[in-house]
Amino acid sequence: MTVTNIHVINQDSAYDFYVNKLGFKLVDDIEMGPETRWLTVSPPEQPDLQLVLFPVTVSKMFPKEIAENLIELIKKGIFGCGVLTCRDIFATYEELKAKGVAFIKAPTKEFYGTEALFKDDSGNYFSLQPLNNFDDENSI
Amino acid sequence: MIKEQYPKVYLYRRIVQAKIFIDTNYADKIDIDNISDEAYFSKFHFIRLFKTIYGKTPHQYLKAIRIEKAQQILKTDNSVTEACFSVGFESLSSFSALFKRITGESPSNYSKRHQETKKKMDKKPLAFVPSCYAYQHGWIENSNFEEVSE
Repeated sequence: MTVTNIHVINQDSAYDFYVNKLGFKLVDDIEMGPETRWLTVSPPEQPDLQLVLFPVTVSKMFPKEIAENLIELIKKGIFGCGVLTCRDIFATYEELKAKGVAFIKAPTKEFYGTEALFKDDSGNYFSLQPLNNFDDENSI
Repeated sequence: MIKEQYPKVYLYRRIVQAKIFIDTNYADKIDIDNISDEAYFSKFHFIRLFKTIYGKTPHQYLKAIRIEKAQQILKTDNSVTEACFSVGFESLSSFSALFKRITGESPSNYSKRHQETKKKMDKKPLAFVPSCYAYQHGWIENSNFEEVSE
């Protein structure tokens, strides 16, 4: 897979979240017309994977009713967008918290490993897990 | 309210603050001794903890951040010299050598390649967008995506 979507409510705010807070790398930011951009980012160390910060706006793809419903569902936190892995979950948690990322769950030991949950600026949520979930070699 | 229960939280916060300090002040002259003092660690202990968490010593991390920022600057039509001194290097030759070692290409080559891509992007932005997305957004009307009518 090389390109996938994250549905966002506002691209400016999403840019700030993914690039400035999460530390994702900007790939493309191309103006395609009034109030519309082709905006893609990639996770650090995964330059071949592009995430499209796909705005939910009334358009060919999203008729008005669908756009409104989708925005409501996103805001309610219905959509989990995947798992982000990191070297050290506690350090990553402290850093993201310091940068203003909203956590639903602090790093917690579950039966499947240690996990934290956070939301993006739109309401999409992600699981954050350490790379070697049952191994403490990268923890202090 | 989230209860903070994980062990060594006080250690993590101090190391993370040091990392954020490097992220923010990378262009300045940073003294690793000062950072470790402010975090209330001995220099040796600080370097060891930092490397355990981030896989790099603070000095290695600082160099990597500077090169990363230089890459961003070079993408925006600034000269190699401007990029070098903007990110805190004091010698153009040291900067160029380190840039090439980390990225695999010289800063001038990197800049030239990105300027060429930018020109193509300005001229034909749709060439950089997968057709399906462009169509869904209404940026093109592509008859290949229209249903075939009987």
